[in-house]
Amino acid sequence: MTSIKKTAAELAALVASGEASAAEIARDHLDRIAAVDGSVKAFLHVDEDNVLAQARAVDARRAAGEELGPLAGVPIAHKDVFTTKDMPTTCSSEILKGWRPPYDATVTARLREAGLVILGKTNLDEFAMGSSTENSAFGTTHNPWDLSKIPGGSSGGSSAAVAAYEAPLATGTDTGGSIRQPAAVTGLVGMKPTYGGSSRYGVIAFASSLDTPGPLARTVLDAALLHEAFSGHDPRDSTSIDRPVPPVVEAARRADVEGLRIGVVKEFGGEGYQPGVLARFHEAVELLESLGAKVVEVSCPHFTYALPAYYLIAPSECSSNLARFDAMRYGLRVGDDGTRSAEEVMALTRAEGFGSEVKRRIMLGTYALSSGYYDAYYGKAQQVRTLIARDFDAAYEQVDVLVSPTTPTTAFPIGERADDPMAMYLADLCTIPSNLAGNAAISVPCGLADEDGLPVGLQVMAPVLADDRVYRVGAAVEKALQDRWGGPLLAQAPDLTEAVK
Amino acid sequence: MPDEHAATASAGQGAPGGAITRDEVAHLARLSRLALREDELDHLATQLGDIISAVARVQEVAAGDIPPTSHALPLTNVFRADEVRPGLTPEQALSGAPASEQQRFKVPRILDEEV
Repeated sequence: MTSIKKTAAELAALVASGEASAAEIARDHLDRIAAVDGSVKAFLHVDEDNVLAQARAVDARRAAGEELGPLAGVPIAHKDVFTTKDMPTTCSSEILKGWRPPYDATVTARLREAGLVILGKTNLDEFAMGSSTENSAFGTTHNPWDLSKIPGGSSGGSSAAVAAYEAPLATGTDTGGSIRQPAAVTGLVGMKPTYGGSSRYGVIAFASSLDTPGPLARTVLDAALLHEAFSGHDPRDSTSIDRPVPPVVEAARRADVEGLRIGVVKEFGGEGYQPGVLARFHEAVELLESLGAKVVEVSCPHFTYALPAYYLIAPSECSSNLARFDAMRYGLRVGDDGTRSAEEVMALTRAEGFGSEVKRRIMLGTYALSSGYYDAYYGKAQQVRTLIARDFDAAYEQVDVLVSPTTPTTAFPIGERADDPMAMYLADLCTIPSNLAGNAAISVPCGLADEDGLPVGLQVMAPVLADDRVYRVGAAVEKALQDRWGGPLLAQAPDLTEAVK
Repeated sequence: MPDEHAATASAGQGAPGGAITRDEVAHLARLSRLALREDELDHLATQLGDIISAVARVQEVAAGDIPPTSHALPLTNVFRADEVRPGLTPEQALSGAPASEQQRFKVPRILDEEV
């Protein structure tokens, strides 16, 4: 009997009690990857020998009587934006193809310390720029619910791996919604912690004031366990918060909303939203009310300016961060024939090594930061960022958490928005405000849209360092809906082994 | 060297909120150190124009004396203790280099540019 459908918490209990070894569990997941990943294409890199060696090392640590963390022996899929000493790290870019970093990201190191077994590196939109994983230089990942649909992005390899039972857990990074949107469209739980709550050390930078590592999982408790395993202060990240991690696991176990004040964001709904998304969202709000929460409508008038502000701020930071890819110290070098200058080689390498979305954003950021345009674009966007933070502050005077749909539509067909950047950017409409304000937000499954039978996500947002609150609400919704459905939402997904045939 | 960033504003007739000219796109590509093909420049001129028109909506907000936010949470300078710690060995530091020689990164010529 394979262990692939068990939750991370269940797998950890099996290992702790000695009923299963980490090596057996790793083997089950490697077999699943071999069976379905040819069609899902979630992973860029899997090295079976390395995985089994990691698992045996965890079993040996346990046999030696070492005290291990609550997720010891559990396999995990790792987004290929985190550096890993023993695996390539590419950001799904030609410019880093085959690169072996000489150091581990803090998140990677903490996974290892906690005894998690890293199955491999997952696909993403190049440098985490995108909402569909189509911007990867190494192929598109497919949504396990319907292989013709996108798995979300940029953490689309991670979401697909967990939804396809190739891994019970995955890491992601969220700059404008890159954990929550993929989780929403694949029927998973995805959490963006408070900015600075999880370390950016060894996360290849996209937009440094926004990038936030976080967990993807099939249950709220599993997400909380992973959140706790890799979060917390890191002296190697100057923006890391030197405070205790909020009690997220305790909140996920508590799972009640009695007396909690919940605000529905008025600006997120109506035109541009799929009817099936709104229907499931409104049902979830009614459910929260029936569970004892006090629900009110809240207006956040500047949230409609979050998307344009983000598409100035994030590309501006990206144009600066990606200047490090200069063909001199690591990565691709093109055209070094002995006659060309360093600058010519740099420009040729960057033109060949970056994909079209990355080039678009570098150029857009360079434009927004140019003198003459700076005040009108980047400067204005930074003022909008202030106004959005003030909208949140005003809302949190009235309510404890805010809710909205995670994304305006369910998973769209692969190819549909690939050459229409503005249409693609709309996928992040509801998730961006939390990145701009740095606060905590989660997406939990709230049902299937009637039109297409695809998953819909409920977003729950809370103030900075109130991460535990979104877990509490998410777990309450999960519990009530699973009672209604008779099991997890993912149990309603089509059988992948049939689809693969 | 003249301020090449300032040149952007005068490279074309594009004004804030308006579409971007192909000349401006070519200039941005040079600033961004991207040796783009002609067809890429044509395609990007249209796409960047659409995106810039859309993001120009931030100018609708009456922001007057609103302070800008560069970072969501307050930042303070962080120092670490001045202690010797292990770092990368030369071999590790050079392990990803496209070319190296005598424990150094080997790069194309850097002089005689822009002659």
